[in-house]
Amino acid sequence: MTRKNLLTAVRDALHDEMAQDERIVLLGEDVGARGGVFRLSDGWLEEFGPERVIDTPLAESGLVGVAIGMALHGLLPVAEIQFADFIHPAYDQIVSEAARIRYRSNGDFACPLVIRTPCGGGVHGALYHSQSIEATYAHVPGLKVVMPSTPADAAGLLRSALRDPDPVLFLEHKRAYRAVTGDVPDDYATTPIGRADVKRGGTDLSVITYGYEVHRCLEAAERLDADGVSAEVVDVRTLAPLDVETILASVRRTSKAIVVYEDNRTYGAGAEIAATIAEHAFDDLDAAVVRIGGPDVPAMPFASPLEHAFLEPAPDRLFHAMRDLAAA
Amino acid sequence: MSAPVTRTPHEGLGLDGTDLVAIYRTLLTARLLDEAALRQNRMGRAPFVVPVAGHEGCQVGTAWAMRRGTDIWLPYYRDVGVVLAAGVTPYEIFLGVFAKADDPASGGRQMPSHWGSRRLGIITGSSPIATQVPHAAGIAYAARLRGDDTVVGCWFGDGATSEGDWHEGLNFAAVHRLPVIFVCENNHYAISVPQSMQMAVADVADRAAGYGFPGVVVDGNDVLACYAAMRTAHERARAGEGPTLIECKTYRYLPHTSDDDDKSYRSREEVEEARHHDAIDAFAAYLRTHGVLDDDRDETIRQEVRAEIEQAIAAAWEAADPDPATLSRHVFEERT
Repeated sequence: MTRKNLLTAVRDALHDEMAQDERIVLLGEDVGARGGVFRLSDGWLEEFGPERVIDTPLAESGLVGVAIGMALHGLLPVAEIQFADFIHPAYDQIVSEAARIRYRSNGDFACPLVIRTPCGGGVHGALYHSQSIEATYAHVPGLKVVMPSTPADAAGLLRSALRDPDPVLFLEHKRAYRAVTGDVPDDYATTPIGRADVKRGGTDLSVITYGYEVHRCLEAAERLDADGVSAEVVDVRTLAPLDVETILASVRRTSKAIVVYEDNRTYGAGAEIAATIAEHAFDDLDAAVVRIGGPDVPAMPFASPLEHAFLEPAPDRLFHAMRDLAAA
Repeated sequence: MSAPVTRTPHEGLGLDGTDLVAIYRTLLTARLLDEAALRQNRMGRAPFVVPVAGHEGCQVGTAWAMRRGTDIWLPYYRDVGVVLAAGVTPYEIFLGVFAKADDPASGGRQMPSHWGSRRLGIITGSSPIATQVPHAAGIAYAARLRGDDTVVGCWFGDGATSEGDWHEGLNFAAVHRLPVIFVCENNHYAISVPQSMQMAVADVADRAAGYGFPGVVVDGNDVLACYAAMRTAHERARAGEGPTLIECKTYRYLPHTSDDDDKSYRSREEVEEARHHDAIDAFAAYLRTHGVLDDDRDETIRQEVRAEIEQAIAAAWEAADPDPATLSRHVFEERT
């Protein structure tokens, strides 16, 4: 085990995989000479060569489209979108192409592509460096959407994504990059895609969450212990395909569920998770499912008071919501 | 003065009489198959078909310079002639027209003419326009990185050249000098929008200069000229000299699809005039001039092609429909 932050965990895992498998190529804006805007691929241009670490023109649709072509011809491309906010020009390539290639060819073709991108807010990224994009893409059959919250999960899930025969959107919360540290196995351990993880056991309520919110929920859960409330925290880890089994098993144990996500609330991942719980575990519930998401404003503003108001609209919002649900 | 070397144009391109007849047969197959598919549509047996008539010359002419088994093909939906040259059979095409389970492109999932065959190196295509252009660049990049002797051919219409993906794909291919050939079948309409409303230049090929590689204009009704341009581009690609943009000036005789009515945007006189410059007629005349074709031979070939198409239609019509139980298959890899 080595203690590292999430950024380093992603970097080390990708580095080791590239060293092991020469089919893997990294392409994106500024990934070469600059080593990535987060310095993730610093030095790789020299180490792996310009054929495998490719600075692309500033064109996200073309970048993903080129990566799809590479995947169709024997490579394992990792397309880096510099910020998730800039992925939208590539929507057609991701949704109409990558996600549909296997289905539309009746299984004749496959598209083993990993698209990595930093997402999420809380780092003064403003409207266009803070977005949450997971719900948009989790809606798309044929695409896997992964969002690790811990360094170990990030390393393990990235390794799984690189071994996956289908396209994977790999979301890295940029606040977690340096704010979250943890122990990471030194071997090539993989973490299965499509499997949620109970990050903290509890008996009074289930908190279903993912991404950086996992850490906010864990913090609130620790404080609730003092009030005699035992909260279980389930880290979804993979938005699509969703691990319904683990979520339902937790809710059936605790009989109460609260879903927490940073993305704006309406039509978000929370809606899918809450609906799933309502459909399959209604009789097990002692209270209505609670949904806590970001405000329905177009994006997270730059000014500190506004950014804070997006992430924490009321003091101790999570703590109170969890305590209120436990008491319900 | 020494006597000039008397080589015919096709001999100068390395083609013999057998090649010419094979090209002619492919051109006729595309044309007669197109007519037959439209009849199936009008009979109510095919809900939707995409006509090809008018494009056959530039499709078959360019495709003929590609190598089956080695090269990779990214056709667009009008490219019956391209996929016939790549090895798709009329039977397989009609399996797609009738959306049958054994349709090799998609098992009846996609509309007809959305080609694909991993076996033949034809990359699965979609309906959004020009999305295959960056794919072509990526495949060419991968081929070179892996050391494959592969050339990538990518076909599209004039409409595609307005898309961002078209620009992004050509530009990436140019930056890396990739072994890819971009073929524009310019029929002067993006469905109904005339070229003058799509671009302010007369030739799509001019745009290649903006990427730093050659752009050539050829008469899409001159099969050998299309072949020659593609052959040169193919040699450039294999020599590591990078991409070429070939613009074939062509014309679509029929509506965009079986659901389109082109009378709303083109005069009948314009369409009739285009038919007087037919690539297949011109090619047949060339063959007759060079003693490769006569009336009897022509009639025999036409009968053989018609018979093959009729057999293909009959067999494809009788083939099994997709099983509804397969609706959810192949979303992700099926692990056994």
